[in-house]
Amino acid sequence: MSGTDTPDIRLFAGYDPNGFFCELTNRRDGQDASIELLKQRLSSMTPTLLQERSDSAEVELYNLGITFTVYTERTAIDRILPFDLIPRIITKSEWKFLEAGIIQRVRALNHFLWDIYHDQNILKEGIIPAALILENPGYRPEMVGFDPPGRVYIHVCGTDIIRDPSGRFIVLEDNARTPSGVSYVIENRHMMRRCMPDLLANLDLRPVDEYGSRLRQTLCDVAPEGIENPQVVLLSPGTYNSAYFEHVFLAREMGVPLVEGRDLVVREDNCVYMKTIAGLKRVHSIYRRIDDAFLDPEAFNPESMLGVPGLMRAYKAGTVTLANAIGTGVADDKAVYIYVPQMIEYYLGEKPLLDNVQTHLCGKPEGLQYTLDNLEKLVVKPVGESGGYGMIIGPHATPEECAAFREKLQADPANYISQPVISLSASPTLCDGKIEARHVDLRPFTLSGAQTWVLPGALSRVALRKGSLVVNSSQGGGSKDTWVLAS
Amino acid sequence: MSQSQFQAHIDTVRTSTASSEFLRDPLPLLARYAESMLWLARYMERIENLARLIDVNETFMRLRTVTNGWEAILEMNDDSDFYADTYGEVTNEQVIAFYIIDPRNPNSIVSMALAARENARTLRPLISTEMWIQLNVFTNFIKGLSARDIVISRLSALCKRIKQDCQTHIGITEGTLFRDQAWLFNQLGRQLERADQTTRLIDIKYHALMPGLKDVGSEIDESQWTAVLRSAAGYHAYRRLMPNAISPAAVVGFLLKNNGFPRSLTTCLRHTHHALSLLRADYGLRGASIIVEDVEQMQNIISGQNIETIILRGLHEFLSGMREEIANIQDEIATTFWPL
Repeated sequence: MSGTDTPDIRLFAGYDPNGFFCELTNRRDGQDASIELLKQRLSSMTPTLLQERSDSAEVELYNLGITFTVYTERTAIDRILPFDLIPRIITKSEWKFLEAGIIQRVRALNHFLWDIYHDQNILKEGIIPAALILENPGYRPEMVGFDPPGRVYIHVCGTDIIRDPSGRFIVLEDNARTPSGVSYVIENRHMMRRCMPDLLANLDLRPVDEYGSRLRQTLCDVAPEGIENPQVVLLSPGTYNSAYFEHVFLAREMGVPLVEGRDLVVREDNCVYMKTIAGLKRVHSIYRRIDDAFLDPEAFNPESMLGVPGLMRAYKAGTVTLANAIGTGVADDKAVYIYVPQMIEYYLGEKPLLDNVQTHLCGKPEGLQYTLDNLEKLVVKPVGESGGYGMIIGPHATPEECAAFREKLQADPANYISQPVISLSASPTLCDGKIEARHVDLRPFTLSGAQTWVLPGALSRVALRKGSLVVNSSQGGGSKDTWVLAS
Repeated sequence: MSQSQFQAHIDTVRTSTASSEFLRDPLPLLARYAESMLWLARYMERIENLARLIDVNETFMRLRTVTNGWEAILEMNDDSDFYADTYGEVTNEQVIAFYIIDPRNPNSIVSMALAARENARTLRPLISTEMWIQLNVFTNFIKGLSARDIVISRLSALCKRIKQDCQTHIGITEGTLFRDQAWLFNQLGRQLERADQTTRLIDIKYHALMPGLKDVGSEIDESQWTAVLRSAAGYHAYRRLMPNAISPAAVVGFLLKNNGFPRSLTTCLRHTHHALSLLRADYGLRGASIIVEDVEQMQNIISGQNIETIILRGLHEFLSGMREEIANIQDEIATTFWPL
């Protein structure tokens, strides 16, 4: 333990964050009274008690059917997302900083999307290479000249943030397409209320329950003009989608129908309707959880069975709003990410509050050379992938894996970026009846409608394998409740 | 409370009910939800019926040497050909496996439980968490059954558990499902399935047990008719109503026409009629009108003749005619509310 005034504690006996920034025990910005109280309360528990509660939480998750699907080459397996009962804490001042930094970033990204689909000033002025944007698979030429209501493209953004050993917050990724995980933020809090009431008692936490009504309001804000009571729906790929549970959760929280592509139809008037037992009913605002490519077989992938033929036609006619907008993928591309700090200065005239991770573009000769020379020290990721697929963590890879990856990298350098391995902050986590340090990241969710608002909470994903830095649920990650302290 | 006060109270209640439209979801139900709701109820009802039938038949088989017990059930479910192709010989163990744990059989309890859960998954945005959890736990339990769980010594307890889980499902649904259009489609599914099951049960048992008129009144006859009543969960109600006589005609009459028996054809049709009328009146779904009329026509056919006449004119023809009508009503509901 690095803390000197820590009492002898049962739960934390032998706990050692190995020099990483620990979100609970070695915070360096002064001692927060709530954190001290929390440490005391946790200390009075035993690992056995915590394990019992953890087991009952897992049974509940299993019975609830809160599962996600892991796809490997041959199989698809339903698993629950492991849930850890020790919360991850964010202090009031930390949150204030994060909130301002995230809002600034999301605003800049929305400005950027408007610009590249209209005058393209940032490209003309050479601040971002035009080819990187215009040849990007996430860039949708169909969107050129189109004005989405309120000029909002990224209505829902999930910003992935990590902390380095000094405790500095760094943005790892902006998820601007269809970010998922917000249901866990709210469900984890409910689970904590049931399983850890003694830990929560009298603590002043920011509530997370208003997300559903805020999301609905956002979708109403951006509905086509002149509609008094817009009909909002959530469009899901269906029950087999790995995030179906979340779609159900959000539809319920918003009080709107969860529809699939086959429930919607676009008629010759270019309006979208849903099929009800009383015939067709107009739809004005669609929170879609289907990727661009599958959204409309007429406009994009003709093979798609999930989409709605003619949806793009209706969208461009302005009879329906899609959230997020089409063509936001270019903003969460890992190569475009490098330029977000420049976007903030260019569009907002402000200094970026949140730092980026230092990133090398393998598409550039010097970036490729640096990456090949230092692969053992770097993380290399494909630019357009999410979910931790197709990446390599140099220090954790075998020489054979590195050699194989070098070949992949040289075959298609523009598809990759590389970053130094950042030692993510750690959080005490129950592992096989003991408390050990495990790495965590942070994904806050931001809504942009008439205004930009960050949910005061976040998905904290935890890498449950010892020493692992990969927190993705598809790669053996779990989650924790994130407590944003109100005072 | 005086008469006039009471009347005023009623008027207030009526006015407020009429004016509280905002309490109802102004949005018509998504067609796909209506379809799933109806099928969820049908599958759960069918599972319960099948579990009861297996339980009763198995007990019955141990008591008497009745060769056609399982064959009759296979025939009743239109499964005889499929079974013959898959298993061949009809044996106790094989038919029980076929109907409980065989996923190749779409009419097995495991297949139907999975189908019920898929419908419930579709309905997750609409149904209560309690409904979903119970169904999810039930389906996981059924999925986990293996050959050693369905051996004769455990079968009765297993069937009881399955019946009880289905009844729990109905209870949770009754207690937690919001009373709107979705509830009415749930009712339609449950009542149509019950009506269908009751006609099948009578049809097959009557002809299995009454090959000739000479068997009437014998001792064997009575215990077998008792089993028929138990298969429909109607034995005690029947006894209470008619303590002295178990006659085939009386049993058939009870199962078809008794107004108090929850699984009689007339009761099921009355509830079907009610649900359709509410869809028409309260939700303005005029498409329901023609279906309401068809249900009324069925009701007239049943009430227009006594049970002796029905048997005399040909019970099998009557029952298959009723089954066709029930299927027809299902089809009309589908084409009216979720057209392709």
